[in-house]
Amino acid sequence: MSVDRATVRRIAHLARLAITAEEEARLEKELSGILDWVAQLDELDTSNVEPMTRVAAMTMKKREDRITDGFCAGDILKNAPMADDHYFVVPKIVE
Amino acid sequence: MDQKTEKSNLIEGATGEWEVVIGMEVHAQVTSNAKLFSGASTEFGGEPNSHVSLVDAAMPGMLPVINEGCIAKAIRTGLGLKAQINLSSVFDRKNYFYPDLPQGYQISQYKNPIVGEGEVIVDLLGGERVVVGIERLHLEQDAGKSLHDQHPQYSFVDLNRSGVALMEIVSKPDLRSSDQAKAYVSKLRTIMRYLGTCDGNMEQGSLRADINVSVRRPGDPFGTRCEIKNVNSIRFIGQAIEHEARRQIDILEEGGTIVQETRLFDAKTGETRSMRSKEEAHDYRYFPDPDLLPLELTQGFVDGLAQNLPELPDAKRARFIADYGLSPYDADVLIIERESADYFEAVAKDRDAKQAANWVINELFGRLNKEGRDIVDSPVTADQLGSILDLIKAGTISGKIAKDVFDIVWTEGGDPKAIVEGRGLTQVTDMGAIEKAVDEVIAANPDKAEQAKTKPALAGWFVGQVMKVTGGKASPQAVNTLLKQKLGIE
Repeated sequence: MSVDRATVRRIAHLARLAITAEEEARLEKELSGILDWVAQLDELDTSNVEPMTRVAAMTMKKREDRITDGFCAGDILKNAPMADDHYFVVPKIVE
Repeated sequence: MDQKTEKSNLIEGATGEWEVVIGMEVHAQVTSNAKLFSGASTEFGGEPNSHVSLVDAAMPGMLPVINEGCIAKAIRTGLGLKAQINLSSVFDRKNYFYPDLPQGYQISQYKNPIVGEGEVIVDLLGGERVVVGIERLHLEQDAGKSLHDQHPQYSFVDLNRSGVALMEIVSKPDLRSSDQAKAYVSKLRTIMRYLGTCDGNMEQGSLRADINVSVRRPGDPFGTRCEIKNVNSIRFIGQAIEHEARRQIDILEEGGTIVQETRLFDAKTGETRSMRSKEEAHDYRYFPDPDLLPLELTQGFVDGLAQNLPELPDAKRARFIADYGLSPYDADVLIIERESADYFEAVAKDRDAKQAANWVINELFGRLNKEGRDIVDSPVTADQLGSILDLIKAGTISGKIAKDVFDIVWTEGGDPKAIVEGRGLTQVTDMGAIEKAVDEVIAANPDKAEQAKTKPALAGWFVGQVMKVTGGKASPQAVNTLLKQKLGIE
């Protein structure tokens, strides 16, 4: 399994990562290596094996439908680069 | 042609008839106290960012924990759609960047939704019936809200809605007209309101639809579709489909081709327009959310929910027709809201059901609509309307006076029986008094009385005159009988 340069660029763009040409070359090699390594699993026939989703037998934890959180707009906005009247302020989103 | 093709739904173009094919993705906000994966409130209209927890703001290290109330409501809805409930389902991440999505992904369900195939029976008020297939229902998070009109260079973001539970209900492409699409969304709304799983409040955004529209010649395979995003009223759904179908037909008739794209409906112009093409943005790179284990349910849990379902609209409709002898139209109108159906049943109990339906639909709904009020705060209670009907049945008042009594109860309140007695509205059944009035009217109009012998339709005019003389209180039957005798009409 190999990843070409165009795929590296596309993935980087989708993840909004700015990468240099040098990094593209290195990532092309590394990502291909990772996929080849994982592809070894294809040597086994897993058609009758359930995907493993947990290492210990446990089920998803659930909450009751109760209000237990929130009312902390000050905390929520503490790291915001810009805020006004308890809103996040971001560069204009044009549609 | 397929079995859903109806001649009456075809659209006439310049070069012949076209059929519109519609599929819908309805986003329905789950009625819940807290969000899908956090304990923050879902209440509408809070101070900006006040109903936001650190989970909803996607602070590092925060983990989602699912709200079991939302799971139960999604299953209830699935049961109401007669759908397959999947005992195992998976939450996935749908990755994209937008300022109202702090996580950089929406937690949704992709390959394994909680609810599978089902169906909705849609009865249009004109009598047409369509069975609409449901493809799936899945749970997902809502995004925040952006305001663009606060500042020339900036947008303002409020995350109060971020993380609120939505049910996305995907239909099969089974709809063939804008009226069907509107009726389908109304029916979904009715079902969910009966179930208490979505309040269906379209003004507050609790119910929004993405509409897939394509056109074809009847009998042809499906055409290329366009998706109209986020339409938030039933009227707009109709307008958007009408406009989009016409736009596509015009392009095809001029020899063009339809480009698959996402479009927006502009409520001001009633038109749809292309959104900036964002092909790449549609590469969502779904993968199972590693923060959440698969959602596994027991059949016992589902059965428990199934046992506690209320009577659903279809069953109620069938019962109203069978037990009360109502017309399908009256039944359809009465079942739209559960509260209306309950009101009708309270009035109809031990009374003439058709008469009760007429009064509820014509007098009550008419007045409620006129004044923009809801059945739950109707000034006339079911008991009061019931006693008005009792007074008609006992012959105490005529149907005409009953409308006056209804009006008095509406504006002033009070017990109809006491009002009728207190204000002397009791119908005159004393034959002597009525005969006197009839004689007076005939004596005052000898010409007309003579004409009536050859023109029996004139009797109606005499009835009106007698009613006038008696202040509308004379028993109409008695007046009719006496007039016919005295005028010599058979």
